[in-house]
Amino acid sequence: MTPKRRIPVALAVPAALGLAFLVLPLAGLLVRAPWSTLPQRLTEPAVRSALALSLQTATLATALCLVLGVPLAWLLARAEFPGRRLVRALVTVPLVLPPVVGGVALLLVFGRRGLVGGWLDQVFGISLPFTTAGVVVAEAFVAMPFLVIAVEGALRGADSRFEEAAATLGAGRWVTFTRVTLPLVAPGVAAGAVLCWARALGEFGATITFAGSYPGTTRTMPLAVYLALETDPPAAIVLSLLLLAVSVTILTALRDRWLTGS
Amino acid sequence: MIRLLVAAALAATVAGCGADPERGDTVTVFAAASLTESFTTIGREFEAANRGTRVVFNFAGSSALAAQINQGAPADVFASAAPANMATVAGAGAPVTFARNQLVIAVPRGNPKGVRSLADLARGGVKVALCAEQVPCGAAARKVLDAAGVRFTPVTLEQDVKGALSKVRLGEVDAALVYRTDVRAAASDVDGVEFPGSAGAVNDYPIVVLKDAPNRAGAEAFVAFVRSERGRAVLTGAGFQPP
Repeated sequence: MTPKRRIPVALAVPAALGLAFLVLPLAGLLVRAPWSTLPQRLTEPAVRSALALSLQTATLATALCLVLGVPLAWLLARAEFPGRRLVRALVTVPLVLPPVVGGVALLLVFGRRGLVGGWLDQVFGISLPFTTAGVVVAEAFVAMPFLVIAVEGALRGADSRFEEAAATLGAGRWVTFTRVTLPLVAPGVAAGAVLCWARALGEFGATITFAGSYPGTTRTMPLAVYLALETDPPAAIVLSLLLLAVSVTILTALRDRWLTGS
Repeated sequence: MIRLLVAAALAATVAGCGADPERGDTVTVFAAASLTESFTTIGREFEAANRGTRVVFNFAGSSALAAQINQGAPADVFASAAPANMATVAGAGAPVTFARNQLVIAVPRGNPKGVRSLADLARGGVKVALCAEQVPCGAAARKVLDAAGVRFTPVTLEQDVKGALSKVRLGEVDAALVYRTDVRAAASDVDGVEFPGSAGAVNDYPIVVLKDAPNRAGAEAFVAFVRSERGRAVLTGAGFQPP
């Protein structure tokens, strides 16, 4: 417990302004929401399909990030190899890259004429753009750094003597990783997965560029918000509220379950 | 020196924000995405003809622009790709039609899927991008497809016409319904296929000086320039038809 201290005004004022800056726009959504027509708007098939698609793709993208990102984080935290700092810098590039640019880059690689995509199309007849799988790829591309950074931080903070003890007791590297390391950093992995999921849920730029926008297939909630904003602003507000409610609910639920105390 | 620069920048900002029509020397033009090339050229010529005046463009889907203007974006001129979007703008005075545009089928250079008609768009294995029906090119596309009785599921409904065009340029789709002017602007990557009935899907492009224009005098001069012989020549050169 930290002792109670007086908060200096020089910090309190900008802190209060900062809080207001973050919260007021959300309050604006609540104030301007068309509450009277809300129930019927929420049950519209277009809204339901966008929400279902968003939840489904964000979850799949998070699963993909876990499968690829946890080993990557382990590599960055535990393995010694030349160029590790460069690898870490490369991993964080999607964090700072404008998502639209990420979408273009994905098209150039996984598009029908792309380096990998052309081969996928010819050999397997698989084409990612304009498919739900393409949405998952776009979201995973943008969200994976959040997971990798969180898990790497947890690994660095974990006491590696447990792993050494396991090794001296005869556990192989794989057994050590799955039975000792992973349970040790589970809260970090969970936190990273939640961040990753939230980022994937809100993904817009890479998705619209790489996967296009078609109802039921690739038009996720953020894309539906953007389109609705142009012709039916109240609908956009309803969709935004829904997205906000879903993410806040899931984040608080997970936080209570896994992340308390971390 | 730095303080001087900051002061100058502040002064410039204040001048830019001021609503005084006599002093404003920037004309802010919100224009449909399909006007990108022609209006950029017209803007450059307008600046050359009016020393000291700057034209700033915001190109996007007409309905996005209409929404931005209704939310209070400080625009002087609005040029839309369809009268419907113009009608939703509260502060639009009396718009005039300054150009017309018609739809064509855009295909990647060399037309790999051999698309020759609207009916070919419905063939199996042909991927098509359309504009969303909320924007003018999408509404026009729906009209010609319904008139021709052609039904198919596009792979994507893009936010504006340039979005649909870029999917063709990148070779990700085999065809898209875009404006003739867009095909002409992307002639290095894209071929245009005209189809019977395309003349029936002609969009009128209205332009207007907005009621709350911060720079009314500049806005009126720009609109006059667009409608002048010089402006019309640029538009026709880009593939537009005269009103």
